Amino acid sequence: MSLDVEYAFDEFFRDETFVDDFTYRNSPAAIRRFPFPFDRDDYMYSVNMEPHVPGRKGSVFEKTFDVDEHYVSEMRDRARILAKDPLRCQSLPHMTLAGWDLLELIMESKAREYPQWFSLTKNGDRWRWINRPLGIDHSFTFLDETTLPCGPMEYITRQTQGDFTLQDEREGTLWVDAGMVTTQADWSLDFDIGMNFHEWHAPVPLAHEKGIFDRALKFLLKLQHGAPVRRFNWTMTVNPLLDTAPETYPEWGYMRTTLNQENMGHMMHLRVELQALFRLPRSNAIAFSIRAYLGKFEELVTVPKWGRRLHRVVRDIHPDLAAYKGFLRNRDAMAEWLSSYDDGAPTSPGWWPED
Amino acid sequence: MSGGPKLNVRVAEVVKVNDLITRFRFVARDGGLLPAFSGGAHTVVEMDDNGTRRLNPYSLMSDPEDRTGYEISVRRDDAGRGGSLYMHRHVRPGMDMVLSHPVNLFPLDNRARKHLFIAGGIGITPFLAMTRQLARFGGRFELHYATRNPALCAYGDSLKAAHGDRVHLYFDEQGDTLPLADLLSRQPLGTHLYCCGPKGMLNWVRSAAATAGWATHAVHFEEFTAPATGAPFAVTLERSGKTLTVGSTQSLLEAMEAAGVDAPYLCRGGACGQCETDVVRCDGRIDHRDHWLTPEDMATNTKIMPCVSRFEGRTLVIDR
Repeated sequence: MSLDVEYAFDEFFRDETFVDDFTYRNSPAAIRRFPFPFDRDDYMYSVNMEPHVPGRKGSVFEKTFDVDEHYVSEMRDRARILAKDPLRCQSLPHMTLAGWDLLELIMESKAREYPQWFSLTKNGDRWRWINRPLGIDHSFTFLDETTLPCGPMEYITRQTQGDFTLQDEREGTLWVDAGMVTTQADWSLDFDIGMNFHEWHAPVPLAHEKGIFDRALKFLLKLQHGAPVRRFNWTMTVNPLLDTAPETYPEWGYMRTTLNQENMGHMMHLRVELQALFRLPRSNAIAFSIRAYLGKFEELVTVPKWGRRLHRVVRDIHPDLAAYKGFLRNRDAMAEWLSSYDDGAPTSPGWWPED
Repeated sequence: MSGGPKLNVRVAEVVKVNDLITRFRFVARDGGLLPAFSGGAHTVVEMDDNGTRRLNPYSLMSDPEDRTGYEISVRRDDAGRGGSLYMHRHVRPGMDMVLSHPVNLFPLDNRARKHLFIAGGIGITPFLAMTRQLARFGGRFELHYATRNPALCAYGDSLKAAHGDRVHLYFDEQGDTLPLADLLSRQPLGTHLYCCGPKGMLNWVRSAAATAGWATHAVHFEEFTAPATGAPFAVTLERSGKTLTVGSTQSLLEAMEAAGVDAPYLCRGGACGQCETDVVRCDGRIDHRDHWLTPEDMATNTKIMPCVSRFEGRTLVIDR
């Protein structure tokens, strides 16, 4: 059974594509709130966790689950991908309760933080959920799967930007036993499902040697309900492709070979993932949200500080990291394009545009 | 931040269950709902015992879906450090108290085809929540619950009433013995075993499960240790530049807190690992009482868990 949706585009929610003609753009306001991930002029891995508490007004940290101008189009793109490849959404049988926990967390957060778009009314276990941008008005029974058109995790993540995985905690580690993954930076839920924390992180270079994953796991196992945390990750994506999956590599991989100094500014995107982790109450599982923001180079350099800093980070990054993030072949060309936005002036600490 | 987020609650009910056990119900002070939780979770109760700050963990025993309140049962320990006596003597309906958010160090494995629960005495409390959670979702379980006599078999009747022949009661004074070896030998594939009770029972079940060939990942124990009393000792906190004396009914963690040092913690029972602290210098013997450190860490005296462990000797300096 599918989810009946009516996409409501308006002066805020942009009608745009992430495939074929690539009409995705950021408005000037969206550029100013872009989560630029570099707080200094160089980059190396760190666990860089901080409490996921409301941040600066208007920023992507203000709300628990940020809803922005790309929301409706992103949900349409997710539906397109799921129609082609249903295995992008999987939940092992023991994870249904965690799916309900996630549904409750997202519905309660969105109804509280965006009352103009979402509403949740409860009468005992009978819940009514209204999602105005997607034209959904649905009553169901909480914790009764038969009253939803699909599983609870799929139901709510078809209405929420960003990928989600649900980790079961057993035997002193975390197991990725459910997920909705359609906006990923070249990893596969279908490949990773059922793996434990060290297994699914095995391909990451350098970090194992630094003991980062041992420390990160120890930290996560102590994650408490009511105290979510967040961190950033980033990579580079040619064209505004939310879906860079290994399964569709033939459709997008070659695009990396089509860059030149003329098209670099609008084809190359800094892809920033705002990752948040939540301990779930009933299942004791951990929800991991991975929200991808795409910013064109030509959009980012409209902020002078970001133009200077992005040039320095790209120019000086460790080649193993550039290779892992998939832009080693274009790194010199990217640095060359960015160099004209770097006058050598010092940059202020922190990532905010105006500081 | 030490201890994590807090819940501001009010005591709604205090009910004497039997000679040893009293039940407490807490509701949100603002009249709202508390978070749902998972069966097996505990909360840390903060007590202000005449100027002494006590933080004791207790298993949540109420229905995990009942967000209108949390219930715990506290067994009076006349020889303990005073937390249970405080709860029994001073906590009254209407009092404001502070709880931690629920934390689960004894969770259900939701993959299990069947859950086999073995409880001794006050160890019944996590299973009250677990059986309610499983009953709600149709999970298969069997509970075996041993106590001294029917008068001390807290919640035996309500468990029988709710779950019928899935609940088996044993009374030591009547010569009933929990038929452990037999139980362990006839469980279907995919069964998980959970045990909570006195230390002797945990050891008995641990060795019987090993003898019967149970895989370690399918056997779960509630490992809480209440911090024991002991001789006072001195400790130097290198980073804080303080030297303290840990009193005989105080834990090292409590002594640090009393001195205004913000030390991390979660379970306060030696199980979660949050308070792990490096030992800078140790001339003496650390009495390791936790379930967290590896045998190597313990043998080399390079780490200590201040929530339960103590020290005997000349000098102890820790990195805090």
